[in-house]
Amino acid sequence: MTTPAIKDLPRPQIVAHAVPRPRKAWLDWVTTVDHKKIGILYMVTAFVFFLVGGIEALLIRIQLGAPDNTFLTPEKYNQLFTMHGTTMIFLFVVPMMAGFGNYFVPLMIGARDMAFPRLNALSYWLFLFGAIVLYVSLFFNPPEAGWTSYAPLSSSAYLPNGGIDAWIFMVHLTGLSSLLGAINFYVTIANMRAPGMGWGRLPLFVWAILTFAVLLILALPTIAAAVTMLLTDRHFGTHFFDASRGGSPLLWQHLFWFFGHPEVYIMILPGFGIISEVLPVFSRKPIFGYKAIAAATVAIAFLSLLVWAHHMFATPLSTAVLAFFMLSSMIIAVPTGIKIFNWIATLWRGTLEFKTPLYFGVGFLAFFTLGGVSGVMLAIFPLDWQLTDTYFVVAHFHYVLVAGAVNAIFAGLYYWFPKMTGRMLSEGMGKLSFWLTFAGFNVTFLVQHSIGLEGMPRRIYEYADTGNLHVLNLISTIGAFILALGVFVTAVNVLRSLKRGAVAGPDPWKANTLEWFTTSPPPPNNFDVIPRVRSVEPMKDIRRAVRRATEERAGSERRPVKA
Amino acid sequence: MPRALGLAVLFADAIGPQSGGSPNADKTHTLWIIVLIIALIVLIGVEGLLLYTVIRFRARKHRMAAQIHGNTRLEIGWTIGAGLIVVVLTIVAFISLPGIQDPEKSGPQISLAGAAVASVNPPKVPGGKQLRIDVNGQQYVWRYTYPDGTYSYTEMVVPAGEAVVLRIRGQDVDHSWWIPKLGGKFDAIPGYDNYTWFKSNQVGAIYRGQCAELCGRNHANMLATVRVVSPPAFKQWLASKKAQINAANKDSAAAAPLLSPLPARPGRR
Repeated sequence: MTTPAIKDLPRPQIVAHAVPRPRKAWLDWVTTVDHKKIGILYMVTAFVFFLVGGIEALLIRIQLGAPDNTFLTPEKYNQLFTMHGTTMIFLFVVPMMAGFGNYFVPLMIGARDMAFPRLNALSYWLFLFGAIVLYVSLFFNPPEAGWTSYAPLSSSAYLPNGGIDAWIFMVHLTGLSSLLGAINFYVTIANMRAPGMGWGRLPLFVWAILTFAVLLILALPTIAAAVTMLLTDRHFGTHFFDASRGGSPLLWQHLFWFFGHPEVYIMILPGFGIISEVLPVFSRKPIFGYKAIAAATVAIAFLSLLVWAHHMFATPLSTAVLAFFMLSSMIIAVPTGIKIFNWIATLWRGTLEFKTPLYFGVGFLAFFTLGGVSGVMLAIFPLDWQLTDTYFVVAHFHYVLVAGAVNAIFAGLYYWFPKMTGRMLSEGMGKLSFWLTFAGFNVTFLVQHSIGLEGMPRRIYEYADTGNLHVLNLISTIGAFILALGVFVTAVNVLRSLKRGAVAGPDPWKANTLEWFTTSPPPPNNFDVIPRVRSVEPMKDIRRAVRRATEERAGSERRPVKA
Repeated sequence: MPRALGLAVLFADAIGPQSGGSPNADKTHTLWIIVLIIALIVLIGVEGLLLYTVIRFRARKHRMAAQIHGNTRLEIGWTIGAGLIVVVLTIVAFISLPGIQDPEKSGPQISLAGAAVASVNPPKVPGGKQLRIDVNGQQYVWRYTYPDGTYSYTEMVVPAGEAVVLRIRGQDVDHSWWIPKLGGKFDAIPGYDNYTWFKSNQVGAIYRGQCAELCGRNHANMLATVRVVSPPAFKQWLASKKAQINAANKDSAAAAPLLSPLPARPGRR
């Protein structure tokens, strides 16, 4: 048999029926299935809700700035803290992390998009409509049972208006959004990694997003069931949570927290991932204990499914149950402690370049640790009996979620903004924003530990002028405004740098992971060539190879290359 | 942060949970102090290490970052270290638990033993001498029922030196019983019995608290006080309260024919 000549082989024919016209910008954003655009949509929407939730927080703090204040009615106050908590959790932190994941997971693993681009777009739009469903309740009655919506308070007998229903539908829509997004992340990470990128070479941020996805898949069905039961209780005469008809208010708490506690780690694990990317880059060192950090991430996720009743220590539970949940909660401190030590060890003997992302990264380490320590104190149930449902708890979870998650988000924003826009954020404004948020945060929340210890419960719209409550609350309110100013500086920085920031180039930080291999912002297909991955830090390898090739070429011009 | 920590110390009475009214609150406070010391040692250690690291290892000319990928021995070391702290905290917690959870013996003065309260697993008072009070949380008031059926609202009156066992329930939505100086909070949940106890020896003391679980718009004003009186004064108070209630019942019974019957309320349930 003879080989046919090339000219005789069938040729692929490309027929262009029409050249698609470039779509209008807004239409392009609305119809996009590009993971990067969807990521930006997520982040912008989440940031807007961050500002909205922040304004709600400021209104709450104004009300509490003075004893027996009449700035807000009790009804408005309850609506505000409900909307604040719900917004920050469901419409800011989780979607913000999903946004980072959307933008950077495919880039970091060397993929050209997510596994299911259209499903990805659906996730975003479900999230947006969930948010809209919640916020249209502003025009009738916003929910007012707290972000936990404990039954029976949230049942139709006590809150018959539609606010709770809006809250339920928001949970359903954003939950579905997160569930589809989580499946998408999982499939993408499992199947679309660059050649050579085994599980042991997966960037730690991607490990974090993978764990985030698994936790979402495990936890979300429970809250979906719980809010559906609440909905049928409210409208169709079931009595799941009605004690007078054989239901159980405690059941709501179990179901809610079975989701609610993993949700905390859903919010913080991607933040851990961001920190694990930022610290090595700015200390010019490899991450310390890659395997330990990845393993600790998975361990935290597993344990987080076993600690839910530590939110219920004051309910009627047997001592055996209390002891179990105390132990499981405290054990989480071990993998978390491992991570903190690994991060500090990453900085140790490095050459720390104090750019804004590292500022926020170190801020995260310093104050997330405080939140972790107060968390261990709260896990000790005899102490929790005094501390739960007071401002001590409020201080604790704000240290975890603001000092933790928000610092990580800001670190990620300053780190990745050049990649997303091609322009650098201003370092001066970034550092100003850091110091303002740093000061504002601690002034706001450190004293709240004391407010709680003085006996002030959370979720009360007014308090009597006893003890130090007035001065402590006033300090807290002042801090909240400083914190808000810090956030405002970053918002201005972002808007300003979009047009006027210094041009970043593909790899302004000399970073380690594949997203820095492509241009800033990356082209729609991300990579023309996908490099083979040979370590956890592929960009270091690539830079080294380039340097060697350049040196060799320079050398060969001068003298012959040795054989 | 040191400056803010200094502020916290300034309000010295605000660095621990309230105590001083009852042995369980006092023992909670003791446990808190032990845990706080351990926590501060850990916190200061970690923050100090972090601070040293970020100052010591700033980028300078001619300094190279050490390319270390890990150190198994060190990592095993701090894992065990963190584990040990958890073990110590657990032991400390369990040692102090009985003093917080189990009621103390009543004083010798009086007894209202044999209170008729059906219960599943209330705390057991050594010697059995105790005062049982049913605490009922309702939007937005606390109701207390004494063993003889006498009841009062908002202000609970108890005899000094007597172990008081509370059975806590919610009437409508979840509430939480909390008098900080008399111990921790216990949720009042419809359909469930929850228990706690306290014992105060200070005649004349008044302890204040309030509902600690969001129960609706007026949650902030669901207040509670506990007034401690001498045992004879308690008996007297109980008798006069009973007389008041009886008189009021008689009055309303007499007035009943004068009132038109209430119309049936249309409603969904």
